[in-house]
Amino acid sequence: MFIINCPFCGEREQSEFKAGGEAHIVRPKQPTELSDDQWADYLFMRKNIKGIQFERWVHAHGCRKWFNIVRDTSNDEIKAVYKMGEKPPTE
Amino acid sequence: MTKNLRVKSSKFIDETYRISFEFNGIKYYGFKGDTLASALLANDIHLVGRSFKYHRPRGIMTAGSEEPNAIIQLHNNSSRTEPNVRATEVEIYEGLEASSQNCWPSVNFDISGINNFLSPIFPAGFYYKTFMWPASFWKKYEYFIRKAAGLGKSPTKPDPDIYEHKFVHCDVLVIGAGISGIMAAKTAAKNGLKTLLIDEKPYLGGSTIYQNSQHFKINNQISSSWLEKEINEIKKLKNLEIKTRTSVAAFHGYNFLLARESISDHLPIEQRKNKTRHKLLKIRAKKVITATGSIERPLVFNNNDRPGILLSSAIKKYADLFGVACGNKNILLTNNDSAYETAISLIQKGIKVEAIIDNREKIHSKLLYNVEKNNIKIFKGFTIVDTSGYKRINKISIMQLSKDGQKVIGSKINLSCDCLGISGGWTPAVHLFTQSGGKLTFREEDQVFIPNIYPSTQLSIGACNGDLTLDEIFTNVPKSLKEFLNIKNTDYENIEILSSTNKSKRNIWLLPSDKILGKTKPFVDYQNDATAKDIKLALREGFRSIEHVKRYTTTGMGTDQGKLGNMHALGIISETTGVKMNELGTTTFRPPYTPLTFGTIVGRNIGEYFDIFRKTPIHDWHVNNKAEFENVGQWKRAWYYPKKNENMHQAVQRESKAARESAGILDASTLGKIDIQGTDASEFLNRIYTNAWSKLAIGKCRYGLMLNEDGMVYDDGVTTRLGENHYIMTTTTGGAANVMGKLEDYLQTEWPELDVYLTSVTDHFATVSVCGPNSKKILSQVIPDLDLSDENFPHMSFKNAKISKINCRVMRISFTGEHSYEINIQANYGKSIWEKCMEAGKEFNITPYGTETMHLLRAEKGFIIVGQDTDATMTPIDLQMNWIVSKKKYDFIGKRSLYRSDTIREDRKQLVGLLTDNPNEVLEEGAQIVADINKSPIEMLGHVTSSYYSPNLKKSIALGVVRGGKNMMGQKLIIPMEKKNINVTVSDPVFLDKENKRLNA
Repeated sequence: MFIINCPFCGEREQSEFKAGGEAHIVRPKQPTELSDDQWADYLFMRKNIKGIQFERWVHAHGCRKWFNIVRDTSNDEIKAVYKMGEKPPTE
Repeated sequence: MTKNLRVKSSKFIDETYRISFEFNGIKYYGFKGDTLASALLANDIHLVGRSFKYHRPRGIMTAGSEEPNAIIQLHNNSSRTEPNVRATEVEIYEGLEASSQNCWPSVNFDISGINNFLSPIFPAGFYYKTFMWPASFWKKYEYFIRKAAGLGKSPTKPDPDIYEHKFVHCDVLVIGAGISGIMAAKTAAKNGLKTLLIDEKPYLGGSTIYQNSQHFKINNQISSSWLEKEINEIKKLKNLEIKTRTSVAAFHGYNFLLARESISDHLPIEQRKNKTRHKLLKIRAKKVITATGSIERPLVFNNNDRPGILLSSAIKKYADLFGVACGNKNILLTNNDSAYETAISLIQKGIKVEAIIDNREKIHSKLLYNVEKNNIKIFKGFTIVDTSGYKRINKISIMQLSKDGQKVIGSKINLSCDCLGISGGWTPAVHLFTQSGGKLTFREEDQVFIPNIYPSTQLSIGACNGDLTLDEIFTNVPKSLKEFLNIKNTDYENIEILSSTNKSKRNIWLLPSDKILGKTKPFVDYQNDATAKDIKLALREGFRSIEHVKRYTTTGMGTDQGKLGNMHALGIISETTGVKMNELGTTTFRPPYTPLTFGTIVGRNIGEYFDIFRKTPIHDWHVNNKAEFENVGQWKRAWYYPKKNENMHQAVQRESKAARESAGILDASTLGKIDIQGTDASEFLNRIYTNAWSKLAIGKCRYGLMLNEDGMVYDDGVTTRLGENHYIMTTTTGGAANVMGKLEDYLQTEWPELDVYLTSVTDHFATVSVCGPNSKKILSQVIPDLDLSDENFPHMSFKNAKISKINCRVMRISFTGEHSYEINIQANYGKSIWEKCMEAGKEFNITPYGTETMHLLRAEKGFIIVGQDTDATMTPIDLQMNWIVSKKKYDFIGKRSLYRSDTIREDRKQLVGLLTDNPNEVLEEGAQIVADINKSPIEMLGHVTSSYYSPNLKKSIALGVVRGGKNMMGQKLIIPMEKKNINVTVSDPVFLDKENKRLNA
């Protein structure tokens, strides 16, 4: 079970959080202009990387805030935590 | 008569405190401090169980948690009975009752022992190969296989014991209180770190605490005396908490560990009352030091499993710690120096050692010279080729090993004995380390896997790190502790060590015999009866991966998880296939390290606490009025209110009729309620619901349907505009939390620019729904000040009102199709308002109804229930609810998906009404719907989602989803049931009052 450093509350047990899948998939501003394939790409396609992955998490049993984390899925190490709207760390 | 094999007293055994216990119905005595295994051995009992497959007699083999054979049933036939308990770990108490498992009628005469002689027909994969054909016979085979499967008997009565869970936090957790663990705990605690030291045994000190030999000294003191002083010192340390009888079950990521603390297992049953039996500790440690020691390896040779064959280290422990001789004529077989330590201990205690058979040819060992001095015959370069004695070993045959160790040469020598100790070297206990995600590396020189890459802030020290001797421990442990704990000094610098162990070893994974392999039984996994033959067979049949070989041969799959034999399985695979051990790797070690009872895992979450439930403020009234309850999400909802001898059907029919003919009342408090405020609230609703919201007037209500981004119906409910920038949304009972989460998600991540605030207020309001033709009259009595005229208060509108000075919100909305009101009031007034309505409705025979009647009434109107008539594959179009999907709105969640190629298919499953030809025939929900019963394979068109007998329409009605159903109106379909086919006609899903006359009545 991870310890996640919520950017609003600090370090908490994983059981207080819910995972929300891959981060930085922006909902298209004009969905009607998209082809079926483009829309399906947004809807269904996720990377599921072994290694460094950017993920959305929510402090469901805490402040209810969504934020992003950078996690190495091969060993579950959380490399960084940052707020929604902030730029993902590059290193 | 049994003999007493107690030898010179041990300080760990209190011989003044005699304890009686029963084994297989016979009374024996032991002393305080004994384990069941040591007490049995003291009574000269080796045979305790039968093996899993061949039912071979098996005896006690080890003195610890790695025991594969001596697993017994405790307190058979009582509610406290426990199967598969290791006799080597059970501390005896007055009144203990243990019995052998997997044998019938008794462990001495077991009918299934015939399997042993039939073993040639039970090779690896026997079940897979034999019971495959003909496939239809499986049902017959299964009965017999299930009967033969399993070891102990699971309890049939509820567990009377109490279990607890506890969170524990510490700076440093030290696992294992052997010499290395003691050193680590002392160093950490003395440096101001909050330290927790745990060990599975009832005493501290590991195997060093009974190392009383002159050949092992620390600072010129016998190592056990030195360690005893250390232990006395650490007991005084304030920062250190010590837990014995505590076994770490799991080591997860981020230094999260589960440990079972056994609190009352060692007490007589009558002293356990009101005591917690086990505590499951959920430990979060900043740093973890693993000092779990090592487990001695057996040796794999022909018939190496007889009662009386023990690990050499176990024989030493029984002698030194428990003061018990495992036999009177002992022989030791070894490939390293450890057996000589055992021999020295036995000599010290006056126990006879007949001979030592050493695989090694040339040995320069101080220990060996000391043993030789005692006139003990040592056979160098020899091995055992066979043993005999069915229920107790009585003879071994030995021969000389060839130079390469692959064959035996010379002539056979027979030696008689009643106990054989075997030592194949040591396996570091890396189980917890690998559970945590650690990676191992293979050390060729002594053929062991040791920790290599650490996944978290942790350290392995001592024997579990491959430092197997006293001098290695004192060279390496202080150094790594300093680095790991960031400290300058330990108490263990410049310590003088006398360690007489020579590290040489002659490792032969499978010792040769004079017979061909096919005629021998060299056991690798004792508990599951997997032999070296089985492993070789699996390899011949093409299995290569260690994980596959394990599953095919069941090696390492017993309750002991192969703590003894796994290394030999790997070694034999490596030798046979020519793949190096390091490349082969180990099988995955999984939690728990030793088995946990279910009680420990669930703790206090049993009975009504198994899953917490929510009660409405009116719950007590339902209970007092004999309601039956239904679980909806976490809620307990009134299901129906049976009167006198009514069954569910009768109650629901009566309630449904009353609601339509006069008045009904429903507790709707469980519906999810979300308060939505902010200047962009209307825009927000526009984006999340399929229909338009901007033009909803203040004081009006509207039904909304919410989709997922994939276009599938997610939730529904009525939302009311309370003010310019203020709405109250209702959701389904089960969906409330998820809807709240989803709305927050969109607000925070996709549309942070919207000025909208969400608050869950589900628990803040009680909701009483009054419906039926007389509902208006009832409400006018409950809230006399409220103008209920259709002009002032039409359907789908809302009013603020006061009931005796208490503010409430009244909505005229309906889920039944009847004229209906919902009163929302501060939760703590819920019950009194309910009672007020009941009082006012008395003259109209107001009838409380539950969820079942609610479902029936809404089905008559063709209203859907999300989750019952829909699953995650239904669009609003599939539900024939096109009217609710806005054509004008540019976007809303799921809109784009409504015209994907898949969602516009004409032959999707669509919601329709179903009327049975026989109006009294009620369909089963979930029943399949077909068109052509003769077609093969029969084509499933859909299934029934809701079905009731409608007392108001006096016929059976049903909703269902049917492929292309929208265009099948009036068509005949068939519901094939087990005993008959039911004919139905596809109809409109609205069965009653299509014109909504009743709503506005």
